[in-house]
Amino acid sequence: MSRFVPNARLVPLMATTLVLIVLFGFASMQYPGFASARVVANLFRDNAFLGITAIGMTFVILSGGIDLSVGGVLAFSTILIATLVGGHGWHPLAAISVGLLCGTFFGAVMGFLIQRYELPPFLVTLGGMFFARGLAFVISPESVGISHPFYDKVMEIGIPVGPKARLTAIALLWIGVVFVAIFVAHWTAFGRNVYALGGNEQSARLMGLPVGPTRVGVYALNGFCSALAGAVATFYMGSGNPSMGVGLELDAIASVVIGGTLLTGGSGFVAGTLVGVLILGTIQTVILFDGRLNSWWMRIAIGVLLLGFILLQRLLGRLTAARR
Amino acid sequence: MKDWFAGGRVLYPLIGLGLLLMFDFFFVPNFFQFEVRDGRLFGTVIDILNQGSKVMLLAIGMTLVIATGGVDLSVGSLMAVAGAVAAVLVTRSDLPVPVVCGVALGAVLLLGAFNGVLVSLVGIQPIVATLILMVAGRGVAMLLTDGQIVTFENEALVYIGNGAFLGLPFTLTLVLAVWGGALLLTRRTALGLFIETVGDNETAARFCGVPNRLVKTGVYCFSAVCAGVAGLIAASNIKAADSSRVGEMMELDAIFAVVVGGTALTGGRFTMAGSVTGALLIQTLTTTMVSLNVSPAIIPVPKAVVIVAVCLLQSDKFRAEIGRVLGRKAMA
Repeated sequence: MSRFVPNARLVPLMATTLVLIVLFGFASMQYPGFASARVVANLFRDNAFLGITAIGMTFVILSGGIDLSVGGVLAFSTILIATLVGGHGWHPLAAISVGLLCGTFFGAVMGFLIQRYELPPFLVTLGGMFFARGLAFVISPESVGISHPFYDKVMEIGIPVGPKARLTAIALLWIGVVFVAIFVAHWTAFGRNVYALGGNEQSARLMGLPVGPTRVGVYALNGFCSALAGAVATFYMGSGNPSMGVGLELDAIASVVIGGTLLTGGSGFVAGTLVGVLILGTIQTVILFDGRLNSWWMRIAIGVLLLGFILLQRLLGRLTAARR
Repeated sequence: MKDWFAGGRVLYPLIGLGLLLMFDFFFVPNFFQFEVRDGRLFGTVIDILNQGSKVMLLAIGMTLVIATGGVDLSVGSLMAVAGAVAAVLVTRSDLPVPVVCGVALGAVLLLGAFNGVLVSLVGIQPIVATLILMVAGRGVAMLLTDGQIVTFENEALVYIGNGAFLGLPFTLTLVLAVWGGALLLTRRTALGLFIETVGDNETAARFCGVPNRLVKTGVYCFSAVCAGVAGLIAASNIKAADSSRVGEMMELDAIFAVVVGGTALTGGRFTMAGSVTGALLIQTLTTTMVSLNVSPAIIPVPKAVVIVAVCLLQSDKFRAEIGRVLGRKAMA
């Protein structure tokens, strides 16, 4: 008689989902009006840009790397788009395309340095962070506002999901990105290469997988996601700001880890990252609903969650090792 | 005794620092001017030493952590914790200042031990283990100060960051004391060898009977205490504990100083003189740009260029490629 033994790879994902359900359930009982379509819709709107960077970060971490530059690239992208639209009268779509190109190129250069010269990703992307943020301040040291009919039109788009609640365009974009990312991760050669590279680079190389292009591609993809998150942030804030997204890389990494992805690479799910970001967003909403709690509880809560999930993964790793 | 010089690895950062100082000599007016006021020295160079003291302290602690193959991301947050504990105790109790400082350092020592246990006993990668306190530590510091900036007037505590000792800033005395202590422990006892062995090959170290778990826990504790001293200086400098801002991005500066100084991130051999030079290099770079009226927001750009350039110079592949290109030119 066989007992139900869950796949060890799925346990972190299930634990994350459980945490989100418990957290949301607890908050719904504690605060009247929490369990509403409006809160959920706002959750998707307010965390869209964190969510999109976290998706890119998931791929980087799955490949066994790390990227500290996302906050800087996001800031660079927002101020570039805002300056092109506000100062030079470009059409937003053209400006956003340029921003996405710059972000992708920037990520690819970092990936190239990491791959070609075997440099530690930690240091290269640290340099990338300083560089991108400095460049953002070079473009404009001040926040630049955006007012363009295209922006107003996009912000009118939305799917009503309940009374006074609608999924806005940026929330829909995030959900779209998640679906595309799930497809890329699990049903394309690139996705499988990323898992293989993160699982064991030596084996991936011996199997004849394109290790180099995959690694450069992962960082380019993350650069693209960061720039896209920057574009989303311009819609959300209505402006571009060179000091936006300080410490965003930490939140993104935390979401990925809480979402059940192993920081050593090779194991994890894009869907987990979505849940991880939603957990962070829910904690933030709880703090807003409860007037007595202060913002620093957010940091402590994230720290405790990180600790919990890392210990859980460690335990699972030992259990599976023992079973073998 | 050339032991502290550690071969030629300190040479590159020293050359870098020398070039930068030469640039300052020619292009920054009054850079090397000294002045004696109220029995203490003033001048740009003294400023660099004084302001660089925090990164120097962090870099000394970080060197040992990196030598074991780890990294400590939590030092910036630990600075905030130490500052917050000291400020709160000194304003809300009558404890004498040495006790206050002791309690603050003891608190961060505990947090360092937490890092160390996670890394050595639980076996979590250092980046992740210290990420926890990097995020949560600042939250704890803000909890202690209630999210406010706690100001204090206590003379003894203000002296730590602003006082003068033998005509030089007191912060310099602290750096030399910590550095000297660390040098004695690592170079006059077998501890330094233990640390390098653990970083080089942990399994081999364990089989040789090196208490690798104890060594690993120890280096995180030491790094935390260094961060604590830096945190006391930072709080004392502004006569306040600003939990949300103090030490922000400092962990990155410290790691940068260590790597520029010639200690590899992969662990193994380390040089504290190199790290201190690296820290001075960063501070001199920053001070130079400030005195040339470069906007503070743009300062990160050259910093980034230096980081990547140093990484490239340390990469064997890059050196081989450059060698080939130069060789071809020489032949043509």
